Amino acid sequence: MNPTLVRWLQAPSIIVLFLWMIVPLSMTVYFSTIRYNLLYPERTGFIGLQNYEFFWTDPSFFPALLNTLVLVGSILVITVVVGLAVSLLIDRPFKGRGIVRVMLISPFFIMPTVSALIWKNMLMDPNNGLFAFFANVIGATPVEWLQDMPLASIIVMVSWQWTPFAILIFMTSLQSQDQEQKEAATLDGAGFWSQFYNLTLPHLARPISIVILIQLIFHLAIFAEIFVTTSGGPGVQSTNLTYLIYIQSQQAFDVGVASAGGVFAIILANIVAIFLIRAVGKTLTV
Amino acid sequence: MTDKQREHLKNRIAVVFAWIVACIFFFPIFWMVLTSFKTEAQAIAIPPQLFFEPTLENYTEIQSRTNYSKFAINSVITAFGGTLLALLIAIPSAYAMAFNTGRWTKDILMWMLSTKMLPAVGVLMPIYFLAQKTGLYDTKGLLVIIYALMNLPIVMLILFNYFREIPKEILEASRMDGTSTYNEIRQIVMPLAWGGIASTALLSIILCWNEAFWSIVLTTTDATTLTSFVASFQAPEGLFWAKVSAVSTLACAPIVVFGWLAQKQLVQGLTFGAVK
Repeated sequence: MNPTLVRWLQAPSIIVLFLWMIVPLSMTVYFSTIRYNLLYPERTGFIGLQNYEFFWTDPSFFPALLNTLVLVGSILVITVVVGLAVSLLIDRPFKGRGIVRVMLISPFFIMPTVSALIWKNMLMDPNNGLFAFFANVIGATPVEWLQDMPLASIIVMVSWQWTPFAILIFMTSLQSQDQEQKEAATLDGAGFWSQFYNLTLPHLARPISIVILIQLIFHLAIFAEIFVTTSGGPGVQSTNLTYLIYIQSQQAFDVGVASAGGVFAIILANIVAIFLIRAVGKTLTV
Repeated sequence: MTDKQREHLKNRIAVVFAWIVACIFFFPIFWMVLTSFKTEAQAIAIPPQLFFEPTLENYTEIQSRTNYSKFAINSVITAFGGTLLALLIAIPSAYAMAFNTGRWTKDILMWMLSTKMLPAVGVLMPIYFLAQKTGLYDTKGLLVIIYALMNLPIVMLILFNYFREIPKEILEASRMDGTSTYNEIRQIVMPLAWGGIASTALLSIILCWNEAFWSIVLTTTDATTLTSFVASFQAPEGLFWAKVSAVSTLACAPIVVFGWLAQKQLVQGLTFGAVK
């Protein structure tokens, strides 16, 4: 192919992605430095970093940042640990393995809004939910999940959806593990844990880091689950950064402050992205 | 007990555990489907009903009393439209990059991937205003464009990986015969890469179908997709568990089946090709 044609073929994807990145990004940065509230259109003008200051000193900011970290951290630990355990459990030939696999990964394909509603209504509802029923059966007081432990409830919901993702990835890479090596280790009398530490874990090091990084990107931006179940409450107990910014823009109509928050979220995501891109770049053979 | 017997027993226990865990994970989905065949009274009954006379009432009611079909069509149009648009842009580009890899190819791909990591909420306001200004707010066209752009980096990367697996010799031979680039793509590359393109499309459709943020923020009535329609049931006033379950079952069934079919490609796509 001649070089001109190559360039023409590549151009559309590069141009649209460049616009998709640069136009909204520069607008966000611009909005974040001006006075811009839809309720007070007469107040305008450049105000430097005041929006940022306002965002940072908002009493909701610190709880939201903390909630974001707790959400991301707990979900990561749960999904990776449970994902590892389950994928090791099914890493053996048995009858019905295909069905078990399908059952295990299905939650990942459920819409986040649907998943949120299933958990909120049919499982966690304090009056008619299944958990309340079981609590009553064993004589305990039903927990008001979304009222009393909103953050934990969201962690459970998201983990239910994302552990299957970890299982899917770990399962796939376990299949490429050298079986002869494992058999040799067994013959040499290496126990389960020694095999796990010395063979399996090193083999899974890459998939684990990828699973963690990809989840970081998605979980920093958890939105639908909060939107549908707790609306960030009670108070700000289950408000994360994404939801806080959403509230600033859609309910307080403060475009400036919301944009400052947006810039903050972008920076946070990019710190993660650098690591992810490096990890992916290593595997891309060009 | 001999070692072999012990090993066998261990395996048996592991398998039993595997089934138990699988049932736990699958239970909420099972329960949702079950509830969709109950009456509203049965759905909230205590003790929960496992055996009951199934009814199709919810499924007929959501068709007649809500705009379910409209939202389902919106979901189909935006998911397939977004995917198609992404493929149209990505196929020629990925093709050109895969067969004419240059000094910058890898950097370009990595940069594309980095745009995927831009958090949606970070560009919420600009996209919202641009949508309002251009009159695209609450239109399916807007979602098609956003979904295409959102998935373009992943689609590019997977297609690039697929195209690279096509032996270069075949192309060189056809070039000797004087085949034009257009015919080369159409007659040689496409048939060989067909499987790859189909599974890339499948992944993109799944991601679009389940997308919630933009469809909640950028639609009100006309372009509402199933994800935001389901979200509208969050209101505490109505306890329509059976109907919500019916809507949810219909909304999720096709995509869950798609997911089962595309497991392998999903792993590649979701890890940006890093795990195969």
